[in-house]
Amino acid sequence: METKNFKRVMVWELPVRFFHWINVLTITTLALTGFLIANPPALQSSAEATNLHSFGIVRFIHFTAAYIFFFNAILRFYWAFVGNKYASWKAFWPFSNKLWNNFWHVLKIDVMLLNEDHPDVKNISVGHNSVATLSYLALFFLAAIQIFTGFALFADTSGWWLPKLFSWVTPLLGSDFMVRTIHHISTWIFILFSLIHIYLVFYHDWLEGRGVVSSMFGGYKFVREDRVIKSKKLPKKK
Amino acid sequence: MSTNNEKRDTYYESIIKQGYSRRDFMKFSTYMAAFMGLESSMVGQIAQSLENTPRLPVIWEHYQECTCCSESFIRSNHPIVADIILDRISLDYSLTLMAASGHQAEAAKHDTMKKYHGEYILCVEGSIPLGDDGNYCCIAGKSAKETFLEAAAGAKAIIAWGSCASNGCVQAAKPNPTEATPIHKIVKNKPIIRVPGCPPIGEVMAGVIMHVVAFGRLPKLDRLGRPKAFYGKRVHDTCYRRPYYDAGLFAETFDDVNSKKGYCLYKLGCKGPMTYNACGSMKWNNGVSFPIQSGHGCIGCSEEDFWDNGPFYERTTKVPGFSVESNADTVGKVAAGVLAGGVAVHAVAANISKRKELMDRINRGKTNEKNIDS
Repeated sequence: METKNFKRVMVWELPVRFFHWINVLTITTLALTGFLIANPPALQSSAEATNLHSFGIVRFIHFTAAYIFFFNAILRFYWAFVGNKYASWKAFWPFSNKLWNNFWHVLKIDVMLLNEDHPDVKNISVGHNSVATLSYLALFFLAAIQIFTGFALFADTSGWWLPKLFSWVTPLLGSDFMVRTIHHISTWIFILFSLIHIYLVFYHDWLEGRGVVSSMFGGYKFVREDRVIKSKKLPKKK
Repeated sequence: MSTNNEKRDTYYESIIKQGYSRRDFMKFSTYMAAFMGLESSMVGQIAQSLENTPRLPVIWEHYQECTCCSESFIRSNHPIVADIILDRISLDYSLTLMAASGHQAEAAKHDTMKKYHGEYILCVEGSIPLGDDGNYCCIAGKSAKETFLEAAAGAKAIIAWGSCASNGCVQAAKPNPTEATPIHKIVKNKPIIRVPGCPPIGEVMAGVIMHVVAFGRLPKLDRLGRPKAFYGKRVHDTCYRRPYYDAGLFAETFDDVNSKKGYCLYKLGCKGPMTYNACGSMKWNNGVSFPIQSGHGCIGCSEEDFWDNGPFYERTTKVPGFSVESNADTVGKVAAGVLAGGVAVHAVAANISKRKELMDRINRGKTNEKNIDS
């Protein structure tokens, strides 16, 4: 059997890749510092409190990373309206038949590991597959929870109006206790998500061989030639 | 007791009648301004309004409670607080402190309610049981709910003293057998000031009442209906041990020498970081101390459901729906472990199930490798 010809396709544009890697860095930082804040290690030091600020620094890193995470999310939201079709909000619209057909297909082939006699190449998504789409929607929701609960906890110690916009969250949930519990549990869901996410990237790269892992670095995925309509001319640069 | 036909004295008049000098009165006004967190220029305004305002009729109801709020109140800093606010504010009905009893007391209360309809302040100590038709708390043959609704109908404003009236406190802890209910869930159409704490600080209580008296309106409240002046900051943010927190210096056990040195009690379960109250700045017993200063973490007594917010001596995050023992980290670790195992199994299964497809591709790749030209 001949090897199929593939075309290099720019799937993840630069802002999307930046968004992804900034998320990796900030979420890792936030989770690590978050666990330190929740359960600080015993510090063997005879220094006076005046001369130490270690816990303050941990919290400072947490808050800084949180702001970066937040503004990064805002930029991604903007890019959902100007980016390519894989970055567009339309790619995350969960109410289409196409998405749900693909969802069941992915469940059968990639989760239940069944095989098809006559695989249809169109079932392989160029961007996210539908299960991934839904998991990212869940993740956006989770990020919103972290932003709302995090800023709610931060609001009272901040003099800026931005965190104060979220100060209604605490009364809504009853008390800081509940807000903190939700903030903490959501962190664990991020970790569980990352486990599955990283595994599935490797899985697809290994089984489909079209550069899923490297796509988040260079932005390119490899798509079967017969799926790419031959364009008369490449669009000219303005 | 206020008598019906008499013109009500102003606060100033009753203070002077009590034997205090004008100097004492001015000191008292200054104290109160300081408690309320007002500028010194406001002292004159307080003094003036105390001179001109007739005493406010107050009905003080007790339901499911332990009277610790009243106890705290009569210990507030300045003697005039107890003398005037309690004895002389024309406290027309308070089970603990009124002179009358039985039918006379009830009659006096109804008198006030009728005569000062729409004018009196209703102070409530205690939660109201709604279970079993409210039979768990009856006073003078009526259920607490009935009495409360009757008294609330003509009140100008309601002050919910303490965690019982504000949040339900211990009797509302799970499983809440009597259906103890805080008052803001029973009456919706009246302005309610919530002054949580078990008990609230005496000076805070005096400050709240004095604000209503001196300015004729409610103090500025936060979204939970608590006066901002006293509940705007976490105990943690005004705690004198806070520098140790920022330094990362934590007491590990109560008999730890560092605990005595002033290290932060965060890891011993101190709830100060989640608790809004003025303990750190106003302190207790005339500013002598407060729990954290005495070496014990804050138990979060002014927060909602503080009895159900996990153990007092541990920093845990309970996961709702799981057993008492499991906190979020235990559940998270187990979930991550199970997931990692599942992923490993899936990876092996994938290689077996998709073997044909994989081998084909690998062979094609190898062939291509051999055919590389150059």
